[in-house]
Amino acid sequence: MAENTQSLVAMFDKIWPGESNPDEVNVGDYERIGSVVTGAVFFTYGLARKGLLAKILAPVGGYLLQRGLRGTCAIYQAFQINTARQGGNAKATVHANRAIKVKRAVTINKPVSELYSFWRNFENLPSIMDHLEAVTVKDKDHSHWVAKGPAGTKVEWDAEIFREKENEVIAWKSVEGSSVPNAGTVQFTDLGQERGTEVLVELDYEPPAGVIGAAFAKLFGEEPNIQVQEDLRHFKQKMEAGELPTTTGQPSARES
Amino acid sequence: MRALCWFGKEDVRVEAVPDPQILNPRDAIVKITTTAICGSDLHLYDGVIPTMEKGDILGHEFMGEIVEVGKEVHNLKVGDRVVVPFTIACGNCFFCKKGLWASCDNSNPNAWMLEKLYGYSGSGLFGYSHMMGGYAGGQAEFARVPFADIGPVKVPDGLADEQVLFLSDIFPTGYQAAENANIAAGDTVAIWGCGPVGQFAIQSAWMLGAGRVIAIDRVPERLELAATKGKAEIINSDTENVVEKLRSMTGGRGPDSCIDCVGMESTGHTPDALYDKVKMAMKLETDRPTALREVITACRKGGTVSIPGVYGGLLDKFPMGAAFGKGLIFKMGQTNMHNYLKPLMDRIEKGEIDPSFVITHRLGLEDAPAAYKTFRDKQDGCIKVVLKPHEVTA
Repeated sequence: MAENTQSLVAMFDKIWPGESNPDEVNVGDYERIGSVVTGAVFFTYGLARKGLLAKILAPVGGYLLQRGLRGTCAIYQAFQINTARQGGNAKATVHANRAIKVKRAVTINKPVSELYSFWRNFENLPSIMDHLEAVTVKDKDHSHWVAKGPAGTKVEWDAEIFREKENEVIAWKSVEGSSVPNAGTVQFTDLGQERGTEVLVELDYEPPAGVIGAAFAKLFGEEPNIQVQEDLRHFKQKMEAGELPTTTGQPSARES
Repeated sequence: MRALCWFGKEDVRVEAVPDPQILNPRDAIVKITTTAICGSDLHLYDGVIPTMEKGDILGHEFMGEIVEVGKEVHNLKVGDRVVVPFTIACGNCFFCKKGLWASCDNSNPNAWMLEKLYGYSGSGLFGYSHMMGGYAGGQAEFARVPFADIGPVKVPDGLADEQVLFLSDIFPTGYQAAENANIAAGDTVAIWGCGPVGQFAIQSAWMLGAGRVIAIDRVPERLELAATKGKAEIINSDTENVVEKLRSMTGGRGPDSCIDCVGMESTGHTPDALYDKVKMAMKLETDRPTALREVITACRKGGTVSIPGVYGGLLDKFPMGAAFGKGLIFKMGQTNMHNYLKPLMDRIEKGEIDPSFVITHRLGLEDAPAAYKTFRDKQDGCIKVVLKPHEVTA
């Protein structure tokens, strides 16, 4: 799959006339392919039809087409976005400049050890995180994650724990080559004086469809900060109340 | 089953809906023997509470018989007679542990909605809009009760439904209002609104040592009940200047504690009341604080203002200067129900009070839509309506 992508992109580089400077490439491979396909459709449609829509689509298509073929995007350049650059980040496979960063905390009225051990068994997490379908623990440090992607898709990745201190912190990152590169930590702090435990999650991830994917996710109300906040709320509910409050399945006069 | 459902402003209907099911391990299902319409239900009827959806089942004052329990409910069994508090609380969070049950962190599945409006969300409530959790209510034949191991309280044999039903809301609400009023022995307590909560605030003020209780309303039969059952001095706000009257009744000092049992839809004849009515009709204001302004103006310096009346949104012309200038103390909020059910049940059992004195109408569920209108318009001497969902009325 990756090889096909690379050969396709190499072909784009040849199609676009003139010298291309690899340093200027700031659009990732998958995005380039998408750009070319969408651009070609828009451009052809725009030229073949009349009317306002066609007048708009033709130049947009043209722009997308050259963006995909050249691998450079003026808009990304203006916003200093780069979805093409590889490697470099010590933390994990997440690229700082296109990662979505989330930081959320919740205070839970339970001892640290109880919260830590629930979380540490990653297979528990789908019960509190709506967007997770399943987590399979493979060994002490490795696990396989399946999540719901945008618009009914599924995304999967393998993760490894790279730092762990019992009852204090768990840090993980996705393994090299994941479709959703991500890295994160969860920290547990006893607040003392029967004030409970603070659980702090910091998460960096690259959305499946580049920065634009997150924008779409936002439109559908799956904004990452809110998602994590709801996940943490569910964690708290599960640990404190033993169940997640719900009204799904209760009667109303709306049922047919 | 049959249930009273909300369809819009002044549009409530009895509909056939599916029976409730156990959805969570700590749930129970209650077959409702007696339920009531609350004054706060009228805010829903008037369409002033946001996030209602067509088809929602109303009602948060109910009691009945346990017919099913979830696997984590060990303290109740099928056949137990219980009264159910209107606030839903988990019993384990920081707030529940502090006795602030109405602030429970874990019972509102739609907490994010209230967080947007209020910063943080309170507990879930039965039958009171989706921002309050969207739980189906108890003006129905059956209801699902979440966290049933914490909320419902068993009714001792020998006590009738009508004696204990109001432990579901209005008696504890009136009691907490009096507690929040910081009443010291011999204090003068003024209470705005002689609806059911006002009547129980009057009773509770005496229980907590008040020296005088002055009740304010504009509905003659409610004032009469306050005077006869409540032994309160009364002021008719339709015919008297309340602030002046209170000043003269208290030797120029003002009442020590003032309780607003009116809430967001108060009415009056003063210019500010008209202003509120217009602004609210134009959706420029969510609440009409006419009574609350009077409460703040009338209260003595350093006195306490207690607010059990429901407010939902933003208030105009709130006399903050007067509140600050007089150094008033404010206490308010939904009732932390779980603190009061058992102690007040004991008082009823000992015969200290029979809460059924507020009931004026006893009806079947089918009569509920008409009863909402009668209650809202204060027709037919209506003070409190109780409904018997499983009894067919003639």
